[in-house]
Amino acid sequence: MKVYNTTGGRIFDAANYVFLAAIGILAMLPLVYVFAGSFATDAEITRRPFFVWPEQFTTAAYDYIFATPTFLRALITTVLVTVVGTLIQLTLTVTMAYPLAKRGLTGRRLILNMVVFAMVFSGGMIPTFLLVKDLGLLNSYWALILPAAINPFSLIIIKNFFQDLPTELEESAKVDGATEIGILWRILLPLSKPVLATFALFYAVGIWNDFMSPLLYLSDNSMWTLQMYLRQVTASADLLGTGNVDPTYVPPEQGIKFAVIVVATLPILLFYPFLQKHFAKGMLIGSVKG
Amino acid sequence: MTVTQLESGEREATSSKRTPPAPRRRRSFAVHFAHYKWLYLLLLPGLAYFIVFRYGPMYGVTIAFKDFVPFLGINDSQWVGFRHFQDFFANPDFPRLLGNTLILAFLNLGVGFPLTIVLALLLNEVRLTILKRTVQTLVYLPHFLSWTIVASLSFLLFALDVGPLFTFLNGVFGTHVDFLSNPNWFRPLIVLQDVWKNTGWGTIIFLAALATVDQEQYEAAVIDGAGRFRRIWHITLPSIRSTIIVMLILAVGQVLNTGFEQIYLMTNALNRSVADVFDTYVYFVGITQGAYSYSTAVGLFKSVVGIVLIFGTNWVAKRFNQSGLF
Repeated sequence: MKVYNTTGGRIFDAANYVFLAAIGILAMLPLVYVFAGSFATDAEITRRPFFVWPEQFTTAAYDYIFATPTFLRALITTVLVTVVGTLIQLTLTVTMAYPLAKRGLTGRRLILNMVVFAMVFSGGMIPTFLLVKDLGLLNSYWALILPAAINPFSLIIIKNFFQDLPTELEESAKVDGATEIGILWRILLPLSKPVLATFALFYAVGIWNDFMSPLLYLSDNSMWTLQMYLRQVTASADLLGTGNVDPTYVPPEQGIKFAVIVVATLPILLFYPFLQKHFAKGMLIGSVKG
Repeated sequence: MTVTQLESGEREATSSKRTPPAPRRRRSFAVHFAHYKWLYLLLLPGLAYFIVFRYGPMYGVTIAFKDFVPFLGINDSQWVGFRHFQDFFANPDFPRLLGNTLILAFLNLGVGFPLTIVLALLLNEVRLTILKRTVQTLVYLPHFLSWTIVASLSFLLFALDVGPLFTFLNGVFGTHVDFLSNPNWFRPLIVLQDVWKNTGWGTIIFLAALATVDQEQYEAAVIDGAGRFRRIWHITLPSIRSTIIVMLILAVGQVLNTGFEQIYLMTNALNRSVADVFDTYVYFVGITQGAYSYSTAVGLFKSVVGIVLIFGTNWVAKRFNQSGLF
């Protein structure tokens, strides 16, 4: 990529840069509008078609939602379920990946084949729903965590990572009398911190963004997660499938919709620098495998 | 003890497929188990998960061939053979669902796929690293937002009376379009959402392929007097041809997966005629109407066709890939 700077090339470059910058800005416009709108008055939202900066700055919408018990409950619930769920899912994945990384283990092949088959074929929505129902997990937060507890792709990538670590450390620990669990806890996990962080984020985003599981498994609307709450607040008065529209329910004002979207987006934005870096890598690994 | 460890270390170094040394195999399973008891203990929760939550529903799929009565349970419900499948194929819903699913899938593919490649090519031409990084950061972002957020943003932007598009169209043309409930606008809206959420992210694979293109070819082409477009057309595109073909064929393998959350969130009473696809139909008939066996049959039909498509297209992709390599 050296010196071929012709006039045509420079024009192409300039046009390309302008175009790509426009695409980047365009992609962000809906989010910028929502951020701006969440700090604007309802009058301004209705009057101005589109804006990226409010004329009259107000936090009324946030004051309102953070004083609303149903919103606060949904927010706190979602944070707790995400944190606890991520810990459980990551623990289950790592404890399963470690033995599977040991080549000498009897039954390892069989179990790996089981995992791969589960990637290709699943029972589907209704049998999974009936299973969750039979286990008594309907209207329980466990239903948001357990059915998708181990992602087979993550499991296999973590397994391969363990497998590729140098074995010398492990062997010397064994000579010192460490148990397998001790080795995993004191030697392998500290070495795998970046990998574990990546998959923790992967699971956390999955739980935070999940809409289908709460829709299927939580019929009690006092248990709703943030995504369910967001759906109720922004859906145009159409509560398909929920079937329990409170007759006293007053549709929220414009600013509140904007503010709830912002709150639901914020954690993703906070972690986005890490997400972008690690997920791009993960996607390439996945595509090489598949 | 140390001998086995050395051997296993050696095996790792050379080949994973070589059979383990004989002395190891001769030990009884009890000894093997005692030796590895901690590992098996660690394995247990994960294994239990796969058996219960992954293989349990696979057993539950048998209700597609039964007349499932929740009170009787899966085992004691009566077998009915392929009745639910026959009912489904005879149902007027079937051609409508198939049509809606395929139209949406091919619209998404036809619009999203070329756009992804074009965006990747344009990004690849950028030599100003900071611009490239910034644009990538911006266009990747929507991928991480939930469908609930995407749907909510759509509701705000396209809403009647208060949405920006309404205000704009009303102000400039004195007219308005009901984007959200007019069935004609359902498909464009879904495609637009998909483009916004996934086009940027989709470029990653193509950018990785583009990074491997031999730079000397470009220099040779410059000496031969080839301009930018000719270099893209004659060098860049042919270099990533096999990636394009493989990605395209893999995407075709996914056509029946329209994405439950997106479609469900955008479905309303007025656009059901074009919005209903297999995934949401299973939900509406199964969960809200309680026709468990029938909807399981619909879901099973979809996943069997899906598996056939995935394996079929994988096979084709492999053949293309090989012939592309020469």
